[in-house]
Amino acid sequence: MTTMLSPAVGDSLPEFTRTTDFAHWNRYAAVNDEFVPIHMDEEAGRAAGYSGAFGMGNLQWAYLHNLVRDWLGGAGRIVSLRCQFRAVNTRGMTVCARGTVTAVRVEDGVRLVDLDVWTEDQDGNQIAPGKAVVELD
Amino acid sequence: MTDTTKPAQAEVSHISGEMLTAIGRTLSRRVSFRVSESDIRRWALAVYYPDAPPERFIESETAAKSRHGGITAPEDFNPFAWLAALQSAAPSGGKENDPGSLERLLGITPPPLEFQLNGGLEVDYGVPMRPGDVITSENRLMSYAERPGRLGLMLFTVTEDTWTNQDGELVKRSRTTLIRY
Repeated sequence: MTTMLSPAVGDSLPEFTRTTDFAHWNRYAAVNDEFVPIHMDEEAGRAAGYSGAFGMGNLQWAYLHNLVRDWLGGAGRIVSLRCQFRAVNTRGMTVCARGTVTAVRVEDGVRLVDLDVWTEDQDGNQIAPGKAVVELD
Repeated sequence: MTDTTKPAQAEVSHISGEMLTAIGRTLSRRVSFRVSESDIRRWALAVYYPDAPPERFIESETAAKSRHGGITAPEDFNPFAWLAALQSAAPSGGKENDPGSLERLLGITPPPLEFQLNGGLEVDYGVPMRPGDVITSENRLMSYAERPGRLGLMLFTVTEDTWTNQDGELVKRSRTTLIRY
């Protein structure tokens, strides 16, 4: 069951939030074969210049997709997504993926929506800012 | 025009002639094992943990009523994790996180840079991946560019990975920027 979306410029997407730790990163490592010491071991994270182990950039990427996909609720598809990796997701951090509508347009009869998307920590510092384009059914 | 902010010493480019002639070359070609429903379920469970993922990634009956008429993988799903059925080039075999692995794959001398980080990712999506799909990836070197940074001249390398399914349909095209310094 899907609902027809009628987004407007300035609308915010419902947030996707996770307070992350090894339980999240180990599961992601298990499916993406990403058993890299900086994501598994506190000492390796410190040696890389951080306070300890930190989560994968790919998991931020996944959370941005979850944000957009959950908002679409099956009533459209992700056309493109891009982001930069500006900061790391350390243990215990509450990561919140957020988005806003920046444009609603029709191209060749297709309804497209442009979005600013990003993940941020509990203090509002951006981790992975980016942009997405979605097509609505 | 005179640039008074220019450093006293001109910095030497890290982009060699050999690197320039390698632009456009294929870095690797991989063919995945057949994607299974179980691969998709596990991926969805991991990226939505600790909450349950949307049912259409788990239940065939729910998925059959979706816009795709069946289970499809989350867009970010990676069918090449763990092992590929075919792989043109073996991983570099060098130390983990080797900043020269890209040039080593091409058989050329890497730039003398010590550190690397993922500068960003940009993906255009085509058709979704489904159970039963066999995905082919072809990864190419697209460009080298340099920009002065706080820690000296930074090298920006863009690679483009194109995924197609067994019917030759485009699944996705990803551009990754690798920053080395």
